[in-house]
Amino acid sequence: MRVIAITISVLFIVAFITHIAYLQMQPTKEITIELKATKFSYEPNIISVNKGDKVTFVLASEDVEHGLYLDAYELETHALPGEKKSITFTATKTGKFPFRCSITCGNFHPYMIGWLKVGPNYKLITSIWLVIIGSWSALLVALRRGGILQ
Amino acid sequence: MILSEAPKGQVLPSTLIAEKHAITVEKPKAERSDLDDGKILWLIPENWRYELTPKNSFFRKIIKSRWANFIPQVINLWFFLIIIVGAFVAPQIGNASFAVMMVWILWWVLLMLILVPFLGRIWCQSCPLPILGEWVQRKAITQIRDTKDFAGLKKFWPKALANMWLVNFIFLGMALISGLLTTKPWITGVMFVGIIIVDIIISYIYRDRAFCLYLCPVGGFLGLFSNVSTVEIRSKDKSLCARHVPKECIVGSATGYGCPWKCMPFSQKRNTYCGMCFECLRSCSYDNMVINLRPPGTDLLVDDHRGIDEAYKGLIMLSCAILYTVVMMGPWGFIKNGANIVTFQAWAIYAVVFLSWALLVFPGIFLFFTWVGKLLSQNAPNTHTLKTYFVSFSYTLVPLGLAAWIAFSFAILFPNSSYLLSVISDPWNQGWNLFGTAQYTWQPFLTGAVPFLQIITMIFAVLFTINIATKIAGQLYPKDNKRAIATLIPIVIFHMLATSALLILFIG
Repeated sequence: MRVIAITISVLFIVAFITHIAYLQMQPTKEITIELKATKFSYEPNIISVNKGDKVTFVLASEDVEHGLYLDAYELETHALPGEKKSITFTATKTGKFPFRCSITCGNFHPYMIGWLKVGPNYKLITSIWLVIIGSWSALLVALRRGGILQ
Repeated sequence: MILSEAPKGQVLPSTLIAEKHAITVEKPKAERSDLDDGKILWLIPENWRYELTPKNSFFRKIIKSRWANFIPQVINLWFFLIIIVGAFVAPQIGNASFAVMMVWILWWVLLMLILVPFLGRIWCQSCPLPILGEWVQRKAITQIRDTKDFAGLKKFWPKALANMWLVNFIFLGMALISGLLTTKPWITGVMFVGIIIVDIIISYIYRDRAFCLYLCPVGGFLGLFSNVSTVEIRSKDKSLCARHVPKECIVGSATGYGCPWKCMPFSQKRNTYCGMCFECLRSCSYDNMVINLRPPGTDLLVDDHRGIDEAYKGLIMLSCAILYTVVMMGPWGFIKNGANIVTFQAWAIYAVVFLSWALLVFPGIFLFFTWVGKLLSQNAPNTHTLKTYFVSFSYTLVPLGLAAWIAFSFAILFPNSSYLLSVISDPWNQGWNLFGTAQYTWQPFLTGAVPFLQIITMIFAVLFTINIATKIAGQLYPKDNKRAIATLIPIVIFHMLATSALLILFIG
């Protein structure tokens, strides 16, 4: 039993390291995304890019004035109906970043959110592996205390 | 000192009830399983306590004063009156409303991040909503009256409803309209006015804090989550309480009311139904009731009055944390349309999916994992029913649920708290600039820190949860480690998957 436990532990750690190592950087590119804003969502609502990509958001509002604030990158623009405003940035930070309306546009305004995903998402992958390894370790402690690993 | 000769204080004449509680026999402690090291998070001894209210201490004197309840209640009442008026007179836009910002950003986040994890149900002690009802019922504000002099019908709450089911359904009912509740100020105002009126009626008909215990929409989760909190009110010397007749903490004395929360403070083991009103500290003439600092989560291990109503409360809170994250922090417009009741049809579909998830699907998934646990330990004589497994392990959902709400709160607090600055300067939209911040424009702060805070919270929570689950598995099979482990493994997998799913929602 002890050998099986040690083997599984080693496998988890090897899998974690392999997973992180496998996350290779993609070649960078320039991306322009037209974001249509209507009460209370964006279209497209989930945007995936890679680290290093040069991204341009073109905000176009279709009903009332809407804004766009990108969390963590702290970039902001806003557009009246019929207007187009753009922001350009290089995706240097990885992870998922909500972009949200920055102009009060109605009662659901605080929930008008889209997601920018900049890959690879090291934060997510590392944290899930920490959950797996942490849970396994907690279970190992229980197994050891219960005399199962003797 | 011989107990019968000790000063007892002036006991109010309700001795019949007191005699009922005269003899208390402590149940022998369940045998500890080998799996359980007696420590919370493998570090802090479960029985470690630090008494915050030693005899004659300044803090005890403050707590024992009747003003300790009255002052915070009145301050909060004044504050909530501003909120209620603001809810009706200010613009009907949530983020521009003092009422919505104060209640759903400041108060809610304060509850989840600080009050509940550290101070249990301390909010209930100073909640202004039931105090009008309590004043009417007692015909007194700070004075002490015998219960027989109380106003109203003094009925007992129906036994069939003396559980968390009503609270569960009321909470779910409010959750279904939470999209509007958190964005349309007048709905928040109507909710508070409604709570105050219903509470006055209930307090007139029924004894004690019936509304808070059995109807308050937030009371249920405050109670359940306060099992995790780091404070407790308990009796110091159980043997003294066992011999003490009458039980002043139940019947009251000249210095304090009997417990209005229908608890038995002298033998209290869990925080769930303790409203932390401090009446037991005041009424006990031996100063035997104390406030302790303690390791978090010890109440989750108390196998006393565990029930399926509380199990469902835990499931509902965790499933709602997932749903709220999808609805409010997600990018899907069609879901927001349902929550925002754009059309009745959209809301009806939303409501059916919401209720199905919270009452059937999520509990069903959890039931499946507990069933697998039962199956794996099947060689055992049929010691426990599936319900026992389900209910016992449901208490492991409490720390994970609280953590999910904390993580959700970070995502609400950091981007939206700057709205608070502008609304506090002009709570009623009268063109005031009370603190010079009325023109402050929205500016999110530290949004880059949110994912890291969420990760730390969730990883800590899953370790804490598995630690509690291990102890509960040990309670189910105290003498059979193999079967305890067999029941534990599916629960660990469930929590691993649930935490991973939450992380994907938060940061994925």
